[in-house]
Amino acid sequence: MLGAYLPILVMFLIAVFIAAFVIIVSSLLGPRRSTVRKLAPYESGMEPIGPAIRRIPVKFYVVAMLFIVFDIEVVFFYPYALVFRDLAGPGLVAMGVFFLVLVVGFVYEWKKGALKWE
Amino acid sequence: MSWADILILVVQCFVITLAVTTGFAYLTLFERRVLARLQNRVGPNRAGPGGFLQPAADAVKLFFKEDIVPAMADKPVYLLAPAMAVIPALIIWAVIPFGCLNIANWDYRACFSASGEGLRNILQIADINVGVLYILAVTSIGVYGITLAGWASNNKYSMLGGIRSSAQLISYELALGCAVLSVVMTYGTLSTREIVYLQGWSNGGIWGIVPQLLGFVLFMIASTAEVVRAPFDLVEAEQELAGGYNTEYGSMKFALFFMAEYIKLIAVSAIAVTFFFGGWRFPGLETLGRGMTELAGPVVGSIVMGIVSLGSFLLKVVIFLFISVWVRASWPRLRYDRLMDLGWKWLLPLGLLNILYTAVVYVLVPSQRLAAFVLLGLGLITLAIAGSFSSAPRPVDNVTYVKEVVRSSTGREERDHELRESAKGI
Repeated sequence: MLGAYLPILVMFLIAVFIAAFVIIVSSLLGPRRSTVRKLAPYESGMEPIGPAIRRIPVKFYVVAMLFIVFDIEVVFFYPYALVFRDLAGPGLVAMGVFFLVLVVGFVYEWKKGALKWE
Repeated sequence: MSWADILILVVQCFVITLAVTTGFAYLTLFERRVLARLQNRVGPNRAGPGGFLQPAADAVKLFFKEDIVPAMADKPVYLLAPAMAVIPALIIWAVIPFGCLNIANWDYRACFSASGEGLRNILQIADINVGVLYILAVTSIGVYGITLAGWASNNKYSMLGGIRSSAQLISYELALGCAVLSVVMTYGTLSTREIVYLQGWSNGGIWGIVPQLLGFVLFMIASTAEVVRAPFDLVEAEQELAGGYNTEYGSMKFALFFMAEYIKLIAVSAIAVTFFFGGWRFPGLETLGRGMTELAGPVVGSIVMGIVSLGSFLLKVVIFLFISVWVRASWPRLRYDRLMDLGWKWLLPLGLLNILYTAVVYVLVPSQRLAAFVLLGLGLITLAIAGSFSSAPRPVDNVTYVKEVVRSSTGREERDHELRESAKGI
């Protein structure tokens, strides 16, 4: 059973090897003539003002939260997607109720303005 | 599993990785040449015949560039991020069937069997039973590389690029998940090999584009956004972010991001071909395999079928890549709020609607082929309705309006006032 996943492991190891090889070789081949100004964060030629990692607008967090809710709901659909032909009518009704809950939540968040981006 | 099998496996993985990387190198050349043609330029044509050696020249140049780590950067994460971007892009390829060359007993017929009994297909690395789930999982890991690169560089442009990208990718992942879900419903399997099998006309199937036209459109838009490709390349909007998350990266570390992006582009094209255009299959392939087997024996028959199926797959992928370049040359970049609106207010509801259509039609209509055409009709109607609703005001109209105001007004003060008023409306 797990044998089917062995090729993926091999592929992963080769990908890791290639990534590591490229990073290491390019650091060996390239010249190193660094200066203080060259190593400073790029800010279109200005002296950098303040730290780069600062507070970010809350709407990005809102997007992340909504994503988690919806992604999990979509994931719940996957088992159903594989067997929905066998479940036929009753399965359709059951998933329809779940779907309705999902849509109500979506409409609520839309009306509440969570999707507004200004 | 014997040592010979493992050796074949390692060689197979290595060859495919190298092929994909070479494919990336030549995709950059292809893109530059095609873009140049579309913009009435010539494009790179000096290195080698027709610019054939340009990718090699670029690679050598990048290898010999100075490799710096900015003083403010978080060094381990900064070095790890390019690897985290490129590894998922490469390992997606493990489950995509490029063709069918059966080396177990050189019997081409195993390629066309539902169970895949007696099939040892050398043109697909791993035939796992959750292939689609694997594709979804691996494509979502790619966002980490970009986000971490933005964070670790400790640069304002990179940080903004990183945050933008994570918000964009997770928004479009929902639409992508919905589109892929309806594909899974259509075939009733998560195995990529079975998905290709089920699209054969000879065994009662049909190409996925017919039942999933709506799904295909959603998949194409969402996957273009997912691989941050024009017109959704806000992550690296050069004009406003000076390159975005990869501002502080140079030499091959920059190239790794570039490589990840292009390999993912090829991968989503390959996935689109597998889901919607029959993968390596095309009508008449089975007849060809039978004919060649009768004519020249099973080994030659299998090999010919392997090569032809690989060729048909690659041809379809190249058509998709050309369309992607064409789109890049044709459409300007979206504004960020429009991007989020498109993802959440258009693609996600349409994706949910498509799931509903698929479930209801396949449960109610007994014949698979009839259901496919019913879904095609529903998809067309939905697309037409959605298209008629989505008439955003065009910037061109505003410009014309301003010009008219300027032309119609006589006095300078009056004209200035009107201009100011009209500018408020824009």
